[in-house]
Order: sequence, then C-alpha cells, then structure tokens
Amino acid sequence: MENENIRKELVVSAIENGTVIDHIPAGVVFRVVRILNLEATGTQVTVGFNLESRKYVRKGIIKVSGKFFKRAEIDKIALIAPTATLIIIKNYKVIEKRQVVIPEEIHKLVKCVNPNCITNSQNVDTRFKVIDKDDLRLQCHYCEKITAKNNIEII
Amino acid sequence: MKNRSFVSITDFTKDEYIRILNLAEEFEKQPTQKILEDFVVATLFFEPSTRTRLSFESAASRLGAKVIGFSDASNSSVVKGESLKDTILTVANYSDLIVMRHPREGSARFASEVSSVPIINAGDGGNQHPTQCLLDLYSIRKTQGKLDGLNVAFVGDLKYGRTVHSNVMALCNFNTTFHLVSPTELKLPSYVKMHIKNSNLEYYQYTELADVMKVADIIYMTRIQKERFSDPIEYEKVKNAYILTANMMEGCKDNMRVLHPLPRVNEITEDVDSTPQAYYFQQALNGVYVRQALLSLILGVK
Repeated sequence: MENENIRKELVVSAIENGTVIDHIPAGVVFRVVRILNLEATGTQVTVGFNLESRKYVRKGIIKVSGKFFKRAEIDKIALIAPTATLIIIKNYKVIEKRQVVIPEEIHKLVKCVNPNCITNSQNVDTRFKVIDKDDLRLQCHYCEKITAKNNIEII
Repeated sequence: MKNRSFVSITDFTKDEYIRILNLAEEFEKQPTQKILEDFVVATLFFEPSTRTRLSFESAASRLGAKVIGFSDASNSSVVKGESLKDTILTVANYSDLIVMRHPREGSARFASEVSSVPIINAGDGGNQHPTQCLLDLYSIRKTQGKLDGLNVAFVGDLKYGRTVHSNVMALCNFNTTFHLVSPTELKLPSYVKMHIKNSNLEYYQYTELADVMKVADIIYMTRIQKERFSDPIEYEKVKNAYILTANMMEGCKDNMRVLHPLPRVNEITEDVDSTPQAYYFQQALNGVYVRQALLSLILGVK
C-alpha cells in the first residue's frame, strides 16, 4: 500500500501542467493514443501500461503535458476506455480528478457499422443514441442499426 | 400530425395510428374527395418500386393534388452526381410534401432534417417502410374488427424482412400474441423479440407452418430470398417448407385471413386466391386509403 502511494505520487506529479489519463484498461492504451492523435501534440507524452493497480489487474496510463482535453475528446476516451479517470494538473497540483462518462448521444465521433447507411455514402455527420452503456451499444440515428463495442471505429 | 415527417413507425403514437386508420376508413367509403387541389406532392423514387409509387400517386390524385417527381434515379439529376441534400432542398421548393424511396438506410431521416416540407418515407433500404405497416394494421383491423388481443403468425424470412419487424413493433401496442414461423437461419432478431418481452407479451417460435394454422387469426406470409442464405444447401432445404396451399386451410379459424406484402413468388399457391381466407390483393388496395389519410393529415386538411 505504501509503495503504491509513492508510485502514484511520482506518476501524477511528473508533469507541471496537463492531463493524466489513468485507469485505462489493459490493451487499449495505444488506441487511446491514436484516437487523440497524441503523437502530433508536440508536447511531452508519457505512456505506461501493464502497471499494477488497486482497481484493476493491469492498467495503462497516459500523461500529456500542456494539454487539457475538450468535451469531444473526452467522449472519445470514454468510448474506448470507459473506466478511465482524468486527472487535471496545474502547477504540479491535482486540480480535478474525474471518471470519464459515456454520453447519452454521440455526434461525429463514430462511424456507422452499416455499409448501406446514408452516413457512409453521403456527407452526413454520424449521430448515435447510446442504448447500452455497460456493454457499449450505439444505435444509429439514421439507419437505426446497432454498432456494438467490437465494431466501434472512431472517425 | 400537420407538417410532421413520417420516417419510422415509432414516429407516431398508438393514438395517432388509430386516427390515421379511422380516417382511412372514411376514404374507403368515399375515395374521391378534391381536398388537396391546392397542393403539389413530389414522389422521388431513387430506386424503382412501381407498386408503392402508384399507390401514393393514386392516393394523391384521388384527392386532387398535383403529382411531380421521378420513378428511377437514372431519370434524375442523381446521375449527374447531385447529393441527396441538394435534390431534397430543390424539390422542397417545388412541392408541399415529398414521398421518397431510397436504397440507402437512414436516407429518409436525413431528408426530413434538411427538408423544409414534410417527408413520407416510402422505404429506405432495408430499414423502414412505415406506410406498409399502417396498411397492414388497417387490413388486420378491417378483417378482424379489432386490433387488440389477436393471434398473429408471421411466416418466412423473419430475420431480414423489415415489414415483419415494423409490424411486430406496431402490434406490440395492441396486446398481440405472436407466432413466429421460420427456418432456424431466419429467426426474428433478438432485439425485436426483446421488444415483445418488454411489452409483456408472448411469442412462440415454430419451424412448421402447419403448427400455427389452427391458432392464427392472421397469417402474414413473406418471401424467403435465396440471397439471404450463406449456404445454398440450407436454402434448398427450406425453400419449399413455407408454402401455403388451399388444402392447408382446413380447420383454420373462420375469421382467419392471409396477408402478404406482395409481390409473392411461390409462397402462396394460386389456389389460395379463391379461398375466403385470401386477403392480400384487398390489402394492397387498402394502401391507397391509408396513404390518402396520411397525406391529408400531414398537409393539415383533416
């Protein structure tokens, strides 16, 4: 327990200003890096995975210097890593800590799985209703088909 | 209902369905009423569907409306590469209501969001065809004298048949007991069965058509399409298993009627046509009355 606390302290205080995405499920860390396009941020980004966690067997963590995520980006994180916690850091201090929340509706973030959907053939922004948050299932506002967790493709 | 689009069967409430059906009954008594003389109705058929288009155009014409439009995307600016949005925006300038059929799923919902005039969905790919559903409800009510508490059997392709899905959803408002007859490969999708369960109603699944002949008030036949099968041997096995013949009518309820969205191929033999149970051609005619009701409610003259 003592060790865990020390380790966490080190991880969190390692950046001066920015955001730590903690408690990312094992296996999706690089997906999160990709959908947030973190390689293009230009600031310091540290990625860790297979870390020990009290909550999960193995977790991932991403520390992004000088970056505070916008609503749409946080929604993306929630879709890929629903267990993630965002830790906002300013002047080495934790300002805010909160769990990401899957929104009720998702706009312009996800591609519809149905190849015959109008959003896949014409210039129409995608829009989904989240019909199951636990076992993520999205219903297309247009074609009414379900895009399930395994088929989610972030735009 | 004035100025509202009708895209999906869930866009209207049970009370609104009833209102449409009641008005359709009035039109059945007096089909020609020149109440839409001041209106222009556009029928945009991005894929051909002669039956549906003629039914809408007949409904509009009997009410005196002018009809403009196209019956096939190849006769329209779509071939020049015009987007659906631009076509809808343009036609909305020329008309008071747009009836559209389009091969892409979700196209009608999108059109309803960009259009300044109401849209009636006449089929968007495999998704919705809500006026078919309304005419089926009308036919059921007309032949049974009620919608509540009936035993309705759906037969054939219950997996891909959009008509079946919409009808099941709509009938969940009316305390229906569902009898689902299909090959194992083409069973009703679980999300539709979930809808039945959530409505506290019962359904029974069968693989033999004979098993439902005596209990059903309505037998709703659908076509089994070869292209739906991944394994052609499976198709060969079941293709003739769901054929309704006149001698199967023996012992059925007196009030039982056979419905079919048409066109049929071989799933109802022609000897059924002359039995008192055959109702599918009358069913198609009912489509005109239901569409008359819908046009006049949405255009606000009823």
